Amino acid sequence: MIENAVQILLVEDNANDELLAVRALKGLLAAWNLWVVRDGAEALDYAFCTGPYADRAARNPQLILLDKKLPLVDGLEVLRRLRADPRTCLIPIVMLTGSAEESDITESYRLGVNSYIVKPIDFNQLAETARKLGGYWLRINQAPPNPVNVG
Amino acid sequence: MNEDCLEILLVEDNANDEALALYALRGLLVANKVQVARDGAEALDYAFCIGLYANRTAENPLLILLDKHLPLVDGLDVLRRLRADSRTYMIPVVMLTASSEERDIRDCYEQGANSYIVKPIDGDQFMKTAQKLGYHWLLIDRPPPDRIGADPPSLINAHPAE
Repeated sequence: MIENAVQILLVEDNANDELLAVRALKGLLAAWNLWVVRDGAEALDYAFCTGPYADRAARNPQLILLDKKLPLVDGLEVLRRLRADPRTCLIPIVMLTGSAEESDITESYRLGVNSYIVKPIDFNQLAETARKLGGYWLRINQAPPNPVNVG
Repeated sequence: MNEDCLEILLVEDNANDEALALYALRGLLVANKVQVARDGAEALDYAFCIGLYANRTAENPLLILLDKHLPLVDGLDVLRRLRADSRTYMIPVVMLTASSEERDIRDCYEQGANSYIVKPIDGDQFMKTAQKLGYHWLLIDRPPPDRIGADPPSLINAHPAE
């Protein structure tokens, strides 16, 4: 099953940013290791294997890249729900967002985000940031083991 | 003032690993000061400004690099105490340890570690890893604002003003 190999879940509603991130990450992982969802509700469906993802293999990604401002369910709410569930509470989550507001940063850390990254406005810098952070979380960081009782 | 914001706390009891990490971090183009604590008790003293560190400016380090196996107070216990205190619970903590045991990895994430890194045994690899982690946490990551309401350290623009 292809989704079984997903290493990064990218939650991004902006098509440009998505394209850029996908391109930047391509050197690090094959296309099928990256799954993109475009709103917060779909991110939750993916994470909890519900709705359109009811049949996917219940294996957690190594990293979730989460935008803050998202349609349907806001990024902070997605973060809150992932942290509240034993199946998903340990997944490394990195906020990748346009907001540099102190309140957003504080709230994200309070809710248990692993890292908070402000998207650089410059095109090339964003690509470089995506590549660097992808490399860090896939190759340097040791992801938590999957929860034992899932599936 | 600004320099205090840019402090990293390295908690490491192995002198070799300490030297390598310091060397790697120094290579990054950031004016970071690295404070080294050699056991868990000293790390807590530093974090909570007590004992030897009663007189330090009460600003949180930007990042804590924490070994797991430490004398006096174990790394996991240090992490637990940092996460239990309102002054320190948001500080990014990266575990940098020799253990790749699933149990240790899970415990650290459960206690709120931001990241877990297994120390490469090879010296060159260790250097590269330390550089990459420095790059991520010092140049890309936006840390939580400091507990005493100081200006959040803005790292990318970290040019000393005067």
